[in-house]
Amino acid sequence: MFNINRVSDVPIYEQLIAEIERYVLAGLIRPGEKLPSVRNLSVEHSVNPNTVQKAYTELERQKLCYSVPGSGRFIAEDAVDLLRGKKSELLDKVAELARELRTSGMAEEEIIKTVHAVYTETGI
Amino acid sequence: MIEIRNVTKCYDNLRAVDDLSCDILPGGVFGLVGVNGSGKSTLLRLISGVYHADEGSIKLFGEEVYDNPEAKKHIIYVPDNTQLVMSGSNMLEMAKFYAACYEKFSFEKFEKLTRVFNLNPKARIRSFSKGMMKQAQTVLALSCNTDIIMFDETYDGLDPLAKQIAAKLIYAEVCDRRACVIMTSHSLRELEDTCDTLALMYKGKLILQSDIGSLKTTLFKIQVAFADDTGREAFENIEGAELLSYTLNGRVATVIMKGDKAHAEAHIRKFNPLIFEMLPITLEEVFAYQMDALGYDFSLIMPE
Repeated sequence: MFNINRVSDVPIYEQLIAEIERYVLAGLIRPGEKLPSVRNLSVEHSVNPNTVQKAYTELERQKLCYSVPGSGRFIAEDAVDLLRGKKSELLDKVAELARELRTSGMAEEEIIKTVHAVYTETGI
Repeated sequence: MIEIRNVTKCYDNLRAVDDLSCDILPGGVFGLVGVNGSGKSTLLRLISGVYHADEGSIKLFGEEVYDNPEAKKHIIYVPDNTQLVMSGSNMLEMAKFYAACYEKFSFEKFEKLTRVFNLNPKARIRSFSKGMMKQAQTVLALSCNTDIIMFDETYDGLDPLAKQIAAKLIYAEVCDRRACVIMTSHSLRELEDTCDTLALMYKGKLILQSDIGSLKTTLFKIQVAFADDTGREAFENIEGAELLSYTLNGRVATVIMKGDKAHAEAHIRKFNPLIFEMLPITLEEVFAYQMDALGYDFSLIMPE
């Protein structure tokens, strides 16, 4: 299901969070749909259950999902909006990078070309 | 669940375990790492009640473990030594023996796990390869359904596929029965993947114990270069972040810090660095710098 890179130095629980966010934004898991159980995710991806729990707890803290005792964990209704809001913070990073590139003498058109190429890519 | 308090165990003049205190909780995988001779196996034998501590106490569910058959029913210990297995028997005979000792032993589970590992329960264990013997031991141990399962470098003898299978089985135990799994290894890399808590032993002492998540997120490494003579002062006195190590190679400083990444970055950027790069940090590096801070020569403690 999710892409977990064991060799990466990004902690696994951060990767899990990023993957679930990716799925939600791509519409692969919809608001109201159930997330796999801790046990399920743990055994399927060979990840320590406490690590999975940690990821889920963080997602709940961010109100991206909620628990129903006895039923499971579900994606929040406004998860997509919440995530879009979060991602817009990344625009600040774009500005920072643009500043750096500008200082190094790169032309504005180069940056725009690169961004355009991404938006015309197919697939997720 | 397991309370270890000021435990010391000596072999003649050698303090194999030296005034060690530790708590091990249920529902997790506890990794014990250290070089050969650091005291890991001795500690496991103390926890399982095989050895008696010279000083201190080891309690399981509030009861002393040593010489306590009731307490020992909750523990299965898989030693690193495959010769302890009754090699004249086959797995089925071993299973019957274990079933007589452990009331929760499940033959259904035993059969299922035997198939998962592709082992022949009727073949003499003597005919198994070393790796297969370790798999057989793992199958038997998990079939006992104890609260505590201890693997003493058992994991190290398994091939990559068997390791993956074993890991999944261990996670299932943790999820289904809140089992407390303790694993020892001399390799951090191995344990990093499976465990949620890691403890480092050296010369009988517990040097460090932490959950793996925190270890990797509270420490970070930065490579910085300044156009001017800015030195380590750029990394000191930062609110929320502590400088652990500063090494200068020409103009480039490699810095290890602990605490708030964002604060540290904001502070350092005020000095207008030419280069600023947050680099990934491995668990080995994390241990190295923690040990350094405690005054230990890490090259002596961790060979890998």
